Amino acid sequence: MRCGDFRVSYASDERIFETRLPPVALAALLALLALVPLVAGTYWLDVLNRIGIAIIGAIGLNILVGFTGQISIGHAAFLSVGAYSTAILEVKAGVPFWLAIPLAAGLTSGFGLLFGVPSLRLKGLYLAIATLAAHFITAYVIIHWERMTNGVLGFNVPPATVFGFPLDSDARIFYLIFALVVPAVFFAKNLFRTKVGRAFIAVRDRDVAAAVIGVSLYRYKLLAFVISSFYAGVAGGLMAHHSRIVFPDAFSLLVAIDYLAMIIIGGMGSILGSIYGAAFMTLLPEVLKLGATSLTGVYPNAFGLIASARDIVFGLAIIFFLMYEPQGLARIWMRFRSFWKLWPYAY
Amino acid sequence: MAAACLSVDDLCVNFGGLRAVDHVSFAIESGRIHGLIGPNGAGKTTIFNCVTGFYRPTSGRVRFLEHDITGFRPDQVAKLGIARTFQNVQLFASLSVLDNVLVAKHGHMRTGVLAEGLGLPFVRKQEHAVRDTAFGLLDFLGLADLHRKPAASLPLGHQKRLELARALALEPKLLLLDEPASGLNTSETQALGEMLGRVRERFALTVLLVEHDMGLVMNVTDVITVLNFGRKIAEGTPKDVQNDPEVIKAYLGETAGAGRG
Ligand SMILES: Nc1ncnc2c1ncn2[C@@H]1O[C@H](COP(=O)(O)OP(=O)(O)OP(=O)(O)O)[C@@H](O)[C@H]1O
Ligand SMILES: [Mg+2]
Repeated sequence: MRCGDFRVSYASDERIFETRLPPVALAALLALLALVPLVAGTYWLDVLNRIGIAIIGAIGLNILVGFTGQISIGHAAFLSVGAYSTAILEVKAGVPFWLAIPLAAGLTSGFGLLFGVPSLRLKGLYLAIATLAAHFITAYVIIHWERMTNGVLGFNVPPATVFGFPLDSDARIFYLIFALVVPAVFFAKNLFRTKVGRAFIAVRDRDVAAAVIGVSLYRYKLLAFVISSFYAGVAGGLMAHHSRIVFPDAFSLLVAIDYLAMIIIGGMGSILGSIYGAAFMTLLPEVLKLGATSLTGVYPNAFGLIASARDIVFGLAIIFFLMYEPQGLARIWMRFRSFWKLWPYAY
Repeated sequence: MAAACLSVDDLCVNFGGLRAVDHVSFAIESGRIHGLIGPNGAGKTTIFNCVTGFYRPTSGRVRFLEHDITGFRPDQVAKLGIARTFQNVQLFASLSVLDNVLVAKHGHMRTGVLAEGLGLPFVRKQEHAVRDTAFGLLDFLGLADLHRKPAASLPLGHQKRLELARALALEPKLLLLDEPASGLNTSETQALGEMLGRVRERFALTVLLVEHDMGLVMNVTDVITVLNFGRKIAEGTPKDVQNDPEVIKAYLGETAGAGRG
């Protein structure tokens, strides 16, 4: 009988990649994902698509904030650079989407590098304020560079086409989104199994000690910004293709806060946590909406009430996790799992 | 005379009006265990911080082997082969014991973001190799059984040993130890002394040791430099230093040194 996962020796512990999915499981996961659009209705597909985009964005933010300890309120700005670059490259320069998205992500990385420079001098709250400045500068440029961005109105983005096949439905865009979500998750997972990921955590835990064993703080702080904004760039590019329109309000400060909430609730410094957080933050308003719909019969004003309830519930959830479960849903899940593995011998 | 591994020339460090290090010069021969002692506030840690790039000296030079490392960044100093431990232990609290050591393998790993993210086979091979080395090191220092524990959960004695393991993982040529015995009891201190001997033998290291425990210092060092109020007041073999009237005067009234020194 399997009785918990106690590793006693180093030899059995050597399986560093133990959490790596076995190929069979990976194939099953991919097959499952491929089937989703065939069974899910457009409503749930839309929700799943938004979760997928949020997963990529949240992993990006978690790499910067959760793993490297550099607080950023500038994530919406990074998303907007990714979305606008993708849209502009496609609409104005006629670049195909499969080239536009990586180019835009690369551009967003450069942008992240630029706005990461203050991190070499600033920490904590001061860095947060600097990233806030990045947010407002970006928003300002987007609104005022009308020739490129069409200002506050934004502009439409034609659907991506694959071999002349337009990705113009929720089902079709689902494949594009999850074709990027899966590698984004695995890339990040792999990164934190070895050198670079460990260096990020070392910088977060104790920068003095990281430097003294040869980890260049300059390089890794900036690298965290670069990787984080690359993810944000991809997520932004997908947002442009999912909503097929880019406009400034889609990248308000609230979006940055939402992403911070995702990683706080899901679990700081956890890739899986980013996924849970992205799902939680996307699903919660839907659940509230469903609740409201069923209530309208009894209480016609339920929708208005729920709209304000959303913010309150989010606020309370954030406070709850910060106070009682700083490692987020990921930690709760882990406890739950080890409980069942040991059950009924748990003590 | 053997070649100098580290030489500090005419070093001065000011903090505002306070001169923490005042025209100090000394050289450490390769392969030696060199002691650096002095009463509290004498400037020992400040010298460590100058050597490892945390402070920039007000004047003077620091040379390591053939390099002038004055003004280098800490990570640059580390790459040249200088490792240190801290007076107040500085571990990566959330990482496991093994991971703490693995972080120090950073400089020996050649892979980049792309290869690691893609999980290429040679990345995994490299990771296994450094894990073996790190585990061997933990074994050598008697921490192997604890390798999965979070660093923060260890008692102080083990934390200090882990910090030593992490420093050794750099495969340094020069090891700076800042009060490795502070907070340890007598038997632990004795064990530490023996361990230092073994470490020097196995890793062919040069060591600069700052320590208040005079028993340990007199036992393990070949040469001792004595500081007081930022100035060098004596240098020589443990025996010479012990009988030096300047040194005795500096330590008078200091409980740590007066009894044994
Ligand atoms: N960053 C700093 N800013 C201001 N003063 C400092 C700083 N670092 C050290 N000092 C001062 O420099 C002097 C030397 O300090 P240092 O830490 O080098 O002493 P030490 O010999 O290591 O003493 P101890 O045995 O207590 O560790 C002290 O007076 C200390 O207060
Ligand atoms: Mg000191």
